Amino acid sequence: MRRSALLVLADGRFPAGGHAHSGGAEAAVKAGRITDAAGLAAFCRGRLHTTGLTSAALAAAAALGHDPYELDRAADARTPSLALRSAARKLGRQMTRAARATWPCAELDALAAAFPRGTHQPVVLGLAARAAGLGPEDAAHCVVYETVSGPASAAVRLLSLDPFQATAVLARLAPEMDQVAERAAAAARQGIDHLPAASAPLLDIAAEQHAAWPVRLFAS
Amino acid sequence: MHLDHSHDGPSAVSADAHRPDGTRRALRVGLGGPVGSGKTATVAALCRALRDRLSIAVVTNDIYTREDAEFLLRNAVLPPERIQAVETGACPHTAIRDDISANLEAVEDLEDAVGPLDLILVESGGDNLTATFSKGLVDAQIFVIDVAGGDDIPRKGGPGVTTADLLVVNKTDLAPYVGSDLERMARDAKEQRGELPVVFTSLTGQDGVAPVADWIRARLADWAA
Ligand SMILES: Nc1nc2c(ncn2[C@@H]2O[C@H](COP(=O)(O)OP(=O)(O)OP(=O)(O)O)[C@@H](O)[C@H]2O)c(=O)[nH]1
Ligand SMILES: [Mg+2]
Repeated sequence: MRRSALLVLADGRFPAGGHAHSGGAEAAVKAGRITDAAGLAAFCRGRLHTTGLTSAALAAAAALGHDPYELDRAADARTPSLALRSAARKLGRQMTRAARATWPCAELDALAAAFPRGTHQPVVLGLAARAAGLGPEDAAHCVVYETVSGPASAAVRLLSLDPFQATAVLARLAPEMDQVAERAAAAARQGIDHLPAASAPLLDIAAEQHAAWPVRLFAS
Repeated sequence: MHLDHSHDGPSAVSADAHRPDGTRRALRVGLGGPVGSGKTATVAALCRALRDRLSIAVVTNDIYTREDAEFLLRNAVLPPERIQAVETGACPHTAIRDDISANLEAVEDLEDAVGPLDLILVESGGDNLTATFSKGLVDAQIFVIDVAGGDDIPRKGGPGVTTADLLVVNKTDLAPYVGSDLERMARDAKEQRGELPVVFTSLTGQDGVAPVADWIRARLADWAA
């Protein structure tokens, strides 16, 4: 049990660049798909069961010690949008920096040397969890939580949504988050070929459009 | 578990003053301050004043995407490969203080692409009087206010006004029109800052940025020493 290390890694203030990304919420707000707390809940649920599950399984697999090169390719294959692949690598590079400063170890040094431009963020997060002495379930929980907490805090900024309502949305999703994290970790234990490939086409399409906006508040 | 692993790999320690090859890296100077006080104008004027002698690059942190970077590009103060924009998720002060990872990435990319550099200027999009740069990101910081924002800003203080390594009071040319009392601003600033330096500038005048450029040259001399 290393619960406190898990809290450090899962903290929204962990300095790895997440604050500049909305997880698709900015595009969804602009398109009128999120206008209130109920819309935010629906958006987060959709994200949780699609890219949330896929990303959480990648993180769990990395935490188990699977080859980061293979996981990098598995992540690429599961991310059809170039904008999202770029965002994932950018965030992965930032996470690598933060993790190396926080839990210095040879494995993270090797990852930084192998991927100087960054690999997908969930893969890095899984290795960071490993460096912190955490397991695949922990890594999956971190990813699942940031899958929904990112859009929620972005929605608070974009819509001036009541922050209590936004946090209540997260709390109500908690049981589902647990289920998704368990499924992700179980899949990862079966090996790379068993990793889920759930995706949300609308998130991919909207991310491509968002990346081309001349003026936006969030990087993705 | 490798918590005791001794650690000196490249780019792990953000404030490290040396490059992986052992040479001293570029001096990094942050520019913060309220919206519209003249940070981008100061950066542009500094680039023009210093670029012939120094290898310079700029990182901007905008509230909206790339506004400041585009101004610098339009005005051709530096070649485009020397200017990088960091996206801040509507919160420049988070990107310069609480989570500096994207800015460090930008700084490293600039060193890789056009280095070795002597000086990197990091501008924060204006948001408020409390915004300060992390010491993990910059070696020195300049806080830019202007006379038109009200002559009581130095008196109000705040971390930017009181602790910045240099306080710039810009747009002195406008003082007569907005009824700002420059002597009072100087007195209040002195009271808040003690021995820390304050300069008054007007960037509309010929070589108006000279006091800031001189200060930067002195910092560079200390840095290289
Ligand atoms: N009169 C006068 N105008 C100035 C001076 N310096 C800057 N300005 C003008 O003030 C306006 C704002 O300047 P910027 O340099 O964009 O200000 P900024 O601090 O970068 O603003 P943000 O990045 O939006 O926070 C521009 O129209 C400048 O031309 C000055 O010394 N005198
Ligand atoms: Mg500016």
